[in-house]
Amino acid sequence: MARTVWDSSVGKKTVMAVSGMIMLLYLVVHVIGNLKIFFGAEEFNHYAHWLRVVGEPFMHYGWTLWLVRVALIVAVIAHGVSAYQLSRRDIKARPSKYVHRKPRASYATRTMRWGGIILALFIVWHLLDLTTGTVHSGGFQEGHPYQNVVDTFSTWYGNVIYIVAMLAVGLHVRHGFWSAAQTLGVGSRTRDRALKIFADVLALLLTAGFLAVPVGVMTGVVS
Amino acid sequence: MTAFSAYADYETGEPVVDTKAPSGPVAERWDKRRFEARLVNPANRRKHTVIVVGTGLAGGSAGATLAEQGYHVVQFCYQDSPRRAHSIAAQGGINAAKNYRNDGDSVHRLFYDTVKGGDFRARESNVHRLAQISVEIIDQCVAQGVPFAREYGGLLDTRSFGGVQVSRTFYARGQTGQQLLLGAYQALSRQIAAGNIEMHPRTEMLDLIVVDGRARGIVARDLITGKIDTYFADAVVLASGGYGNVFYLSTNAMNSNATAIWRAHRRGAYFANPCFTQIHPTCIPRTGDHQSKLTLMSESLRNDGRIWVPKAKGDDRPPNRIPEGERDYYLERIYPSFGNLVPRDIASRAAKNVCDEGRGVGPGGQGVYLDFADAIARMGRKAVEAKYGNLFDMYQRITDEDPYEVPMRIYPAVHYTMGGLWVDYDLQTTVPGLFAIGEANFSDHGANRLGASALMQGLADGYFVLPATINDYLARNPHQGEVTLEHPVVQEVLAETQDRLDLLLSVDGDRTPDSFHREVGELMWEFCGMARTDAGLRKALSRIPQIREEFWRRIKVPGTGEEFNQSLEKANRVVDYLELAELMCLDALHRAESCGGHFREESQTPDGEAARRDEEFAYAAAWEFTGTGEAPALHREDLVFEYVHPTQRSYA
Amino acid sequence: MRLNLRVWRQKNADADGAMSTYEVDGISPDMSFLEMLDTLNEELILRGDDPVAFDHDCREGICGACSLVINGDAHGPERTTTCQLHMRSFRDGDTIDVEPWRAAAFPVVKDLVVDRSAFDRIIQAGGYVTAPTGAAPEAHATPVPKPDADFAFEHAECIGCGACVAACPNGAAMLFTSAKVNHLNVLPQGAPERETRVLDMVAQMDEEGFGGCTLAGECATACPKGIPLVSITGMNKEWLRATRKITKR
Repeated sequence: MARTVWDSSVGKKTVMAVSGMIMLLYLVVHVIGNLKIFFGAEEFNHYAHWLRVVGEPFMHYGWTLWLVRVALIVAVIAHGVSAYQLSRRDIKARPSKYVHRKPRASYATRTMRWGGIILALFIVWHLLDLTTGTVHSGGFQEGHPYQNVVDTFSTWYGNVIYIVAMLAVGLHVRHGFWSAAQTLGVGSRTRDRALKIFADVLALLLTAGFLAVPVGVMTGVVS
Repeated sequence: MTAFSAYADYETGEPVVDTKAPSGPVAERWDKRRFEARLVNPANRRKHTVIVVGTGLAGGSAGATLAEQGYHVVQFCYQDSPRRAHSIAAQGGINAAKNYRNDGDSVHRLFYDTVKGGDFRARESNVHRLAQISVEIIDQCVAQGVPFAREYGGLLDTRSFGGVQVSRTFYARGQTGQQLLLGAYQALSRQIAAGNIEMHPRTEMLDLIVVDGRARGIVARDLITGKIDTYFADAVVLASGGYGNVFYLSTNAMNSNATAIWRAHRRGAYFANPCFTQIHPTCIPRTGDHQSKLTLMSESLRNDGRIWVPKAKGDDRPPNRIPEGERDYYLERIYPSFGNLVPRDIASRAAKNVCDEGRGVGPGGQGVYLDFADAIARMGRKAVEAKYGNLFDMYQRITDEDPYEVPMRIYPAVHYTMGGLWVDYDLQTTVPGLFAIGEANFSDHGANRLGASALMQGLADGYFVLPATINDYLARNPHQGEVTLEHPVVQEVLAETQDRLDLLLSVDGDRTPDSFHREVGELMWEFCGMARTDAGLRKALSRIPQIREEFWRRIKVPGTGEEFNQSLEKANRVVDYLELAELMCLDALHRAESCGGHFREESQTPDGEAARRDEEFAYAAAWEFTGTGEAPALHREDLVFEYVHPTQRSYA
Repeated sequence: MRLNLRVWRQKNADADGAMSTYEVDGISPDMSFLEMLDTLNEELILRGDDPVAFDHDCREGICGACSLVINGDAHGPERTTTCQLHMRSFRDGDTIDVEPWRAAAFPVVKDLVVDRSAFDRIIQAGGYVTAPTGAAPEAHATPVPKPDADFAFEHAECIGCGACVAACPNGAAMLFTSAKVNHLNVLPQGAPERETRVLDMVAQMDEEGFGGCTLAGECATACPKGIPLVSITGMNKEWLRATRKITKR
């Protein structure tokens, strides 16, 4: 079965849809966690700590988080590799362009491809910035995420990178969620409108939720 | 000009007899023939190759069925895919004597209606077989997944069609032909994938190879590379459709052509009743000289639309400004009991008459109104929309006029050819091993075809008749010598084909293939169209050889033969039209009676209706080719009516 | 009307092509687009030039032969086939670009003519019901609910013209393939081959070098028969179902 799925263009789209849904679910959890920053450093840092101890005593410290991380890494790789291979196939399937160009022709496709690349780069930066602290501005403090976040959004480029990436998230989720529904065969003529509205609302809430943090830092609500 | 008188002085040869038709009660003949026919052992079938030319309803269904039986089939179509054959454009439906409505239908009634509808110029044996098989066709198509219209209970829906009093027409909205063809195409595709059919799309048959008196192959041109090739077989089946495109403007597809049947005719196959053409009354009129083809509007429109023209000649007021009292609803006036629902041939002729009187409407006065104002007033616009919406949309797209506001304009157009290659009960032509099925043969519709019967005949021939009868031929001729490219006959046919194409390319004149096609088409429409006269036909017969002579002097075909060359394809088809047109005129001239679609002005009743002359013309005219421009020989096949006795049709 | 045409000219499959400019005059708004090209070709023949090759046959919108990209739109600005597009959709003096279908799976044969045999092979892979002639049960033996029959018909309307592939930024044949899968898979007659049909047809579609679906929706917009985008969703569902079922066997 795995072979059938991976070898088929429809199957690979399914891989993208499922991995995308896993990541989307993670984003929803992530944004809820992020909003805790508005309740102060103590609550936010406590939440970050809890992420490491969740599941104890059954799980050792950090195990649960690592399980989630492994799942996410697998999802990201599966999503990225299938996206890459499908894009290669798509570009190969249309080697010559029309002389008379229509800009609208590839709007959704282009948004997804460029959006995906932007997001992939962002994830790398985001991890190096706030997880490992490698490229963090100022002194990165392990176990003090509140301060780290404030530091990041106190730089102009930190804000720019983050805002651009979050807008990309919104667009990506908007088409991606609806698209995944079609790939997984849950769309239908009667459900189409509802799915589209849900995708729009979800994308809007996610983007707004994520952007609230840098805006909060910039306006001094979070400091 | 002496040519025409020579051509009109045809010889009469021996009568042609259908030796395969069984005797006995008509209802038992098909069973009897099937039992008497020899069979080919399933293990031996794959040793036989059968060529099928064409992939429409007849060719597609025959190819698929022969391959299922185990024969090796080599099949051809000029289109880029077998799915595009012109059967796809049939709209209305397909008749079958299922009697699902319990309205008194039966095999015998369908048989009766078809013989009568054909104005008593078809064979009883064939028509009865067609009616019997009609029932199995529906079963077959449903099993293939053809999405026929259904009722809420999940059972098949039917509707009524012209010329009959029962509801026996099965349909798939206005696209019945498309759906049936896709069914056959899919069956064909399955056999192609299984390796039982070698399919050659974009390949056009240009000649027939007859060796030792038997059809043994064809010469065909690959339309992409231009390569002319030979293909050999134990039997050849022509399913290449009708020849309505002789008229230039018709409802046929642009590339539908007569080459396969005409070349077969030149090689010895008799051509029967070439003058029997059907003119459909409800087509969208031409808009100008640029017109390349005509589009049909379903006959069903005549159920609610009223046909009229102004009473006064040359009245060019817009239709809405012409008061009721100054309109002539001529069909209702002349045929009060049938009104707008008279049969196709009658409606067409009446439209021609009023236009000839100078009362036609629209550009060139070549049109009559089909008015839905009364229907809209009576049923409401919504109801009219539900019933005819898609047809109204099609009309609006083509004419840019809103038929809800302004009456539609319609005019008759060439639609179908009842004539074709003469075949016996086994569908075999006079060349042993050469079979003709579907519209390419002449067998079942007599002088006029009823609506929704063309699909029935094509599929009956392809799915059921030919696959049963071809066994007999192959079983009786199991060991035929191998034919190779080196055979002198093959070399000769190849050379003739090559020479013809080379000549077309080398003339380098100053007229395009289309200009000649248009010229001969207009001539045919004028003199061999809806109404024919002795003088007119003689005029056409004198003119055609002149056009032919001019053609070979002035034709211009650019490019070469070794490439994709649509002008060359076209020119080569026109060559055959220019010969076939002559035979059609001669047949129309010799048949000095009116019957069905063939109306001779000299032969009409006092009130202007078609008058058949059974004592002289109750036969099928099978013509034998004797040379280009030379008088062909007439072979009569007498028609015997044991079950349906000829009567004069009356619709007044 | 007087028009400037820029037409893709390409001698054969191996040659390079380019746009050539022609001027046509005396065009009537009542002409169909193909009749306008006929007019151009008549002039070209008389001039001794090679006329523009294009596929066409029924000219009433059902055979699916005609296949022109006009000003960047498959079948031109109206939602119909090229043969049913009329010159009244254009204005006097317009410049019109005419190109062939573009897709790796549809190589150009000459000028505006492309090879669409890949579609035939997709149907050959499974787009049928195995029902040999003579083996059919009585037509009323299996009633089909009207909604299912209507659903099947709407998908069976596909004319195989390839506009979906031409319009798709990925050169995908999903709409074409899904139309046939949906047509046959909803019917009881198609049920025995329901799983193999969709798996084999999709595999063949991939094999032919068509792209994948990114749900851009251009195919459904270009489809002259109005096959909806959700048809693809239906095929995806069938494909997933078939993959599960086949694995279980």
